[in-house]
Amino acid sequence: MSLEQGDIAKLARLARIRISEESSEELRQRISDILGMIDTMQAVNTDAVDPMANPHDATQRLRADVVSEVDQRDDFQRIAPATEDGLYLVPKVID
Amino acid sequence: MQWEVVIGLEVHVQLTTKSKIFSGASTAFGAAPNSQACAVDLALPGTLPVLNEQAVNDAILFGLAIDADICRDSVFERKNYFYPDLPKGYQTSQMDKPIVGHGVVEIRLEDGSTRNIRVHHAHLEEDAGKSLHEDFHGMSGIDLNRAGTPLIEIVSEPDLRSAEEAVAYLRKIHSIVTYLGISDGDMSQGSMRCDANVSVRLKGEEEYGTRAEIKNINSFRFVERAIKVEAQRQIDLIEDGGKVVQETRLYDSDKNETRSMRSKEEANDYRYFPCPDLLPVHIEQSLIDSLQKQMPELPDAKRQRFETEYGLSTYDASLLTAERSTADFFETCCKIAGDAKLAANWVNGELSAALNREGKALKDSPLSAEQLGGLIVRIRDNSISGKIAKQVFEALWNGEGQSADEVIEAKGLKQVSDTGAIEAMVDEVIAANPAQVEQYRAADDGKRKKLIGFFVGQIMKASKGQANPGMVNQLLNKKLSD
Repeated sequence: MSLEQGDIAKLARLARIRISEESSEELRQRISDILGMIDTMQAVNTDAVDPMANPHDATQRLRADVVSEVDQRDDFQRIAPATEDGLYLVPKVID
Repeated sequence: MQWEVVIGLEVHVQLTTKSKIFSGASTAFGAAPNSQACAVDLALPGTLPVLNEQAVNDAILFGLAIDADICRDSVFERKNYFYPDLPKGYQTSQMDKPIVGHGVVEIRLEDGSTRNIRVHHAHLEEDAGKSLHEDFHGMSGIDLNRAGTPLIEIVSEPDLRSAEEAVAYLRKIHSIVTYLGISDGDMSQGSMRCDANVSVRLKGEEEYGTRAEIKNINSFRFVERAIKVEAQRQIDLIEDGGKVVQETRLYDSDKNETRSMRSKEEANDYRYFPCPDLLPVHIEQSLIDSLQKQMPELPDAKRQRFETEYGLSTYDASLLTAERSTADFFETCCKIAGDAKLAANWVNGELSAALNREGKALKDSPLSAEQLGGLIVRIRDNSISGKIAKQVFEALWNGEGQSADEVIEAKGLKQVSDTGAIEAMVDEVIAANPAQVEQYRAADDGKRKKLIGFFVGQIMKASKGQANPGMVNQLLNKKLSD
C-alpha cells in the first residue's frame, strides 16, 4: 500500500504537527515502506490464530475502589504555564 | 408525505465509584477545581492507569440487567482527539470488544403498550474534564476533577420511532441504573447525558436516511424537544429539495433549535487502537455468577409484583416502581397503613403533588413513609375523614408534629363518631332551618338527594369537618323522614 501526499497532510493535521514540504515526501516514502512491510506480514496465514489486543500473555490486574490520592494541586500547578483560581489556563477553545 | 423518525441513543452514565476508573483520585462532586486531579488524570509522563474493580462490576451488573452477553475478554482502546479537557490527547474507551454485548430494554408507552429496544452494546470509558469559557484574559479555564470519572456508554440500535419513545427509553435506563445503585442518574448534575442520532425516512422505506447526531442533551424534556425539532428540520429540508448531511449538532434550549457544531469529517477520525497501557480484562464466570446473585429486584419485576401482591393497577404500579426510592417508600408506608390501594393513592397523589409543587425529590421529602402510613391508619379506622386527612398531611409536611396521631390530638381533629354528639348537631340544624326542612319533606326522592347536601354541609361546618360523614347522612335521613 502506498500513500499519497494528501494522506500525509491529513495525518499531520490530525496529529497537530507541522511538516515541511521537503520532509513530507521523505515521510510519505518511509510510512509507505512500513505499510509495505505490513502487507508482507498480511500474507502469512493466521486462520488458526485468535487476534490479540496485547502481545503479553497476561490479563489486567484490577485495583480496589479506594481513594488513595491526596490533593497535590499546588505542586502540579507550579509547573503549569498559566493557572488562575485553581484552573489550568489554555488558549481559548471554541468548538 | 408520511415521514418516519428513526432514533438511536447513546447514553452516558457516570458510575458512583469512590475513585476514578484508572486512578485513586476521588470522584466526589463539588470539590475545589483540580483538587481531585492526580498525576494519572493529568497525564503526567511516566504514569500508568490501573483499572477500578468496582467500575468493571458495575458494568457487568448493568449488562446482566438488560440480559446482555458479558464479554469475557474485553479490551480498552484509545480514541484519539485533541481537546484541552482531555490531557492525554485520547480518551480511554472501548470499541471492538466492549464489556457488555447485545441486550434489550423494554419500554412502556403512554397507551400501555410495550416495545423492546435493542441495545447494541455498552462499554466502559473515562469522562473528560470541564472547560470554562468565561473570560480568563482571553484564555479558557480547565478543571480536571471530572477527568477519569468512570462512565458506561450505552448504545442503542436505531429502534426508537418517536421522541416519546426516546424519552421512555431514557427513563427506563435511568430506572435500571438507579435500581442497580451504580449511578445516581442525576441529569441536572451531568451524571446522565445523552446523544441522539436522528434521521427521517418515508414511511415504508427500508433504507435509513442520513443521520445527524445531537450532542450532550442533559434533561428528559430537552431530549424530547431536541428530537422533535431536529426531525422537523430534516423533513422541511428534504421537502424543500435539500439533503441532510451527516454532522454533529448542538441543541439550543433557549431558541429550541439545533445547529451545526462540527462538520469537518476528519474531526470524527478517532484512529482507535488497543491501549498498550492496559491489558485485556478477563472476567471469570464465577464473578458473573456472584454478581447475578447480588442483583436487586428490577423495575419490571417489581411492577409485576406490585400488581399481583398488592392488587394495584398497571398504571399505579408503573408510577410507583419507576424509581426505586418511590417503590421503597410505598412498601414501607403500605406495611404500616395496611391498605395498598390507599397507600398508592396517597403516594402517587398528595405526596407526589406536594413534591412537585416544591420541586423536591422524594429523598428530601419532609414527610416520611412511616408518618404517611400512620396517617392512613387513622383514615382507615375512621378517626379522621379524607378531608381532614389532607389537613393532617399538610401539618406533617410543614413539620407541625412527629406523627399523624400527634397532629390529630394537638389540633383536635379527631372525627366525631359519637352518636349522641352527632344527633345533637343534626337536631340543632333541623331546628334552625324549618324552611329547608319543609322543602325537603315536600320533594321527591331525586330532589331529596340534592337537598340533603345542604344539611350535611351545615353539620360539617358546625363540627369543623370532624363529624363522621357516614353517620351524619344516616342520622339525617332518619330524622328528616320522621
